[in-house]
Amino acid sequence: MSKTQLVEQLKNGLDAPICLTWELTYACNLECVHCLSSSGRRDPRELTTDEAKAVLDELHDLQVFYINMGGGEPMIRRDFFELLEYSIGRGIGVKFSTNGAFIDAEKAERLTAMDYLDIQISLDGTDAVTNDAVRGEGSYDTAIQAMNHLREAGFGEFKISVVVTRYNVDQLDEFKALADEYGAQLRITRLRPSGRGADSWHDLHPTQAQQRQIYDWLVLNGENVLTGDSFFHLNALGEEPLPGLNMCGAGRVVCLIDPIGDVYACPFVIHDEFKAGSVRDQGGFSQVWKQSDLFTELREPQSAGACSACGEFDACQGGCMAAKFFTGLPLDGPDPECVKGHGEAALLAASSVQVPKPMMDHSKPSRVPVTIGRR
Amino acid sequence: MTDSLLEQRLMLHPQVALRPEPFGALAYHYGNRKLVFLKHPDVVRLVQALDGTGTTAEKLSECEIDAARWPSFERALANLHASEMLQ
Repeated sequence: MSKTQLVEQLKNGLDAPICLTWELTYACNLECVHCLSSSGRRDPRELTTDEAKAVLDELHDLQVFYINMGGGEPMIRRDFFELLEYSIGRGIGVKFSTNGAFIDAEKAERLTAMDYLDIQISLDGTDAVTNDAVRGEGSYDTAIQAMNHLREAGFGEFKISVVVTRYNVDQLDEFKALADEYGAQLRITRLRPSGRGADSWHDLHPTQAQQRQIYDWLVLNGENVLTGDSFFHLNALGEEPLPGLNMCGAGRVVCLIDPIGDVYACPFVIHDEFKAGSVRDQGGFSQVWKQSDLFTELREPQSAGACSACGEFDACQGGCMAAKFFTGLPLDGPDPECVKGHGEAALLAASSVQVPKPMMDHSKPSRVPVTIGRR
Repeated sequence: MTDSLLEQRLMLHPQVALRPEPFGALAYHYGNRKLVFLKHPDVVRLVQALDGTGTTAEKLSECEIDAARWPSFERALANLHASEMLQ
């Protein structure tokens, strides 16, 4: 079976996800402007430790090999290490994403002692100015300090995870050098207009010229850099396909469990339209994965719509569902960052359309300066 | 000693788990964290039969794989061997 045939098979869905993201909490010490899950405050309905362990039991039965834990900041959960150890004990490897604020020397040693564990430190600039503009003041130093602790503890190859924006795209070589310096692996992903990203995307997303820059960089460096397959829309730029499966895996090989147990098609679509069910429903996660109407629908052949007239559709597959949805574009049309320029026209046409607002906003209330004084 | 996989007595690495899927199976190596697709049910049958007791050629016969298909099986096994799924 060729790669194309395999991709066709995968589009029909798998018996269990390959890439399952589980946001453990909406609580976060940071307020990144592009946060996919609009995190900040804990949700009181958050899954309890016992509920979380029951989900891990189910994932074990489904033979899910590994999961990606995130948030919010997952290490804020008091039972974080308990869940980590439980998961690994059940044969489910864990990769977790963190801003590093809670990795001190002692935690770094504890993490180093664990098997089947990957750590992904988020960093969006190779200098504090570039990074902190997106992730908040002091977050660059925090991340570097965590990386130092991991290096000193001898953790080995952790990951540095970068969301590529208009402002850090010129730093890709520097990111690679930084990762090499730490014996880490670089991971770069696409900025999505999801969560708080809906508000920042228009200012942050790479320009058309920069998209070419990302593609060329990936063609040169792609084999040694992880991307979570997130740049497949760039494939229309050249003859050489980027490494990876280059398909939208939402509801087919990918899904998201959010902190309160709701199951979404992917980490970039926290919206009722893409909610398949809840792990708290009768039948649990398996039922949602195997039977939900939404996932069944996503596994059916998708229409290319307006893109069917374009010769590049086979290469780019129409791009990212979430990127279209949160910019008000039809799902069966071009991606807002279509490299053939069809996205710009579509965005103009959609400018009078009501753009769906991300749901489940847990952002901290904005600080309004209070003036206390005599009347 | 020979380099041909057909003459070797291979077995699935103890840290590899197979998960059945409609197209065949997924193989995951907990040690090196590689994920490999076994893209045909017959490849899955063969890999499951590899237990180090007989040569690959013997196992292919046991699994009743037509000799004309052996070269493609050898290629599939070479990939699995390269990713340390088989030892």
